[in-house]
Amino acid sequence: MRIEIKDLHYTYPGDVKALKGISLTIESGEQVAIVGQNGAGKTTLVKHLNGLLQPTSGSVLIGEWSTTEETVAKLASRVGYVFQNPDEQLFTKNVHQEVSFGPKNLGYESEKVEALVEDALTLTKLSDQKETNPYDLSPTWRKMVALASIISMDTPIIIFDEPTTGQDAANIERMANAIAALRERGKTVITITHDIDFCAENFERVIALAKGKVLLDGSANAVLGQEEILAQTYVDPPQLTRLGLRLGMKEVVRNQEEFLNAYKKHAA
Amino acid sequence: MAIVNLKNVTYKYPLTDTLVLDGINLQIEEGEFVAVVGPNGAGKSTLCYMLAGFVPHFYKGELTGTVEVAGVETQESSLNEWVMNVGLAFQNPFNQISGAKYTVFEEIAFGLENIGVPRKDMKERVERALEMTGILDLAERSPYSLSGGQQQRVALTSILVMEPKVLVLDEPTSQMDPIGTREVFGVIRTMAERGMTVVLAEHKMEWIAQFADRVIALHEGKILLDGKPGEVLTSELLDGKGFGISRYTSTAREAQEQSLWPNNKNLPVTLDEAVEGFTPNPSPSPLKGEGS
Repeated sequence: MRIEIKDLHYTYPGDVKALKGISLTIESGEQVAIVGQNGAGKTTLVKHLNGLLQPTSGSVLIGEWSTTEETVAKLASRVGYVFQNPDEQLFTKNVHQEVSFGPKNLGYESEKVEALVEDALTLTKLSDQKETNPYDLSPTWRKMVALASIISMDTPIIIFDEPTTGQDAANIERMANAIAALRERGKTVITITHDIDFCAENFERVIALAKGKVLLDGSANAVLGQEEILAQTYVDPPQLTRLGLRLGMKEVVRNQEEFLNAYKKHAA
Repeated sequence: MAIVNLKNVTYKYPLTDTLVLDGINLQIEEGEFVAVVGPNGAGKSTLCYMLAGFVPHFYKGELTGTVEVAGVETQESSLNEWVMNVGLAFQNPFNQISGAKYTVFEEIAFGLENIGVPRKDMKERVERALEMTGILDLAERSPYSLSGGQQQRVALTSILVMEPKVLVLDEPTSQMDPIGTREVFGVIRTMAERGMTVVLAEHKMEWIAQFADRVIALHEGKILLDGKPGEVLTSELLDGKGFGISRYTSTAREAQEQSLWPNNKNLPVTLDEAVEGFTPNPSPSPLKGEGS
């Protein structure tokens, strides 16, 4: 499902101009990371994809649906949104209910709901927590419940707002595995992240926003190697990219394998 | 003299049987900048709450051993006394922002109002704190209209303004952009150099290595390692326990397997250390690094 954003502007009450003319196309099945300074407009942008915010001017198309003409409820069948803070979206008595809520509301019959819930819980390693109250879980696992409750809606597009915030290494790996599984299913995954190493290791396309505009948009290697331009939006390249740049390597690298291969050539 | 002094401390939250902290002995000197690392569930946040008096005064539960901070013992004091010495910035700024104030400026002043600081001093202190953390431009905004990272700066500022003897920070940069994170680490370092004692729970290994004096690795409620950042963060004892690791360390370790990392060099945690080790045949010339 294609996403088409045309000359999108958004102004918050009080005349805070958060988006100042964004045009982007995201094709079906793309894996896109959005990076940029706090206040750059990342969350404001993605809140337009499911109609939570309406453009001040410009347009957003999800497939053939315009977000100004469809309800948030209808858009929810195409765009799932995992909030930054899981506590803003969890509200039921147990994990099973939480994860069933979305697909039930999309009107699926109970057999399909059950299958979707099972699948989402397996993917997020929560199968043994069905009866647990989400608030009895640690914040780390509440984040996984929030993720599961969106995966179970089986939308073609899934948005993650800061999936690795406050997560430890093991959970970041679980998160990366879940995203990889969604990629294999052909889902479009859009992730806002400050974890630039996570971004480098899991996303093929990177969009850098700065002050409400697109600063850079391209393949991960092309964008993440632009140290000076990224600094304008308070982003450092990933650790190994910086190391490659400092060592004067010719090619931009973004993970261990790329680094070691390039290093062998460089040192030879 | 140690400003933080924990002796044989164990702690259980109410209605639970697990010791979240189990036999902790910890002394921290005045002005030290100590980072606490560990997987989620290791006890980092609980340790932060304990140093700030929230454990046991707010959370209750069962504490044994002695917890002494700035000469006051937790069991013998109230939370009101405690907050005069220790400031805690929560992991989630939503939990910290008062909800009672319309602007960031007023939010930062809230703590000072509560301890009766005169109006004139209050204004000066708030302005100084806002400047220090780089959010003067947010002063008139509503705390709730800010992004996650901006809210975290507000939360941190509202603690710094209190000028506590001990500053306890629970992942204060988790929602901040990368360069903002580095800046905030710089601010925290400056506070430590001015004599404030800092205890920071954090996952960002590169910045810990660059800015902290000492690292404590917590695992299942116990102190697994306690030492210099470069030693603790590259230790093989952390393997397979869910600790984060800098990409510099993991890549150099793999490079070492392939004989691409010098055997006589410690594994790197920071960029500079990695550059040094990966620079082929480093010349001993004193002109090195001057672009000769």
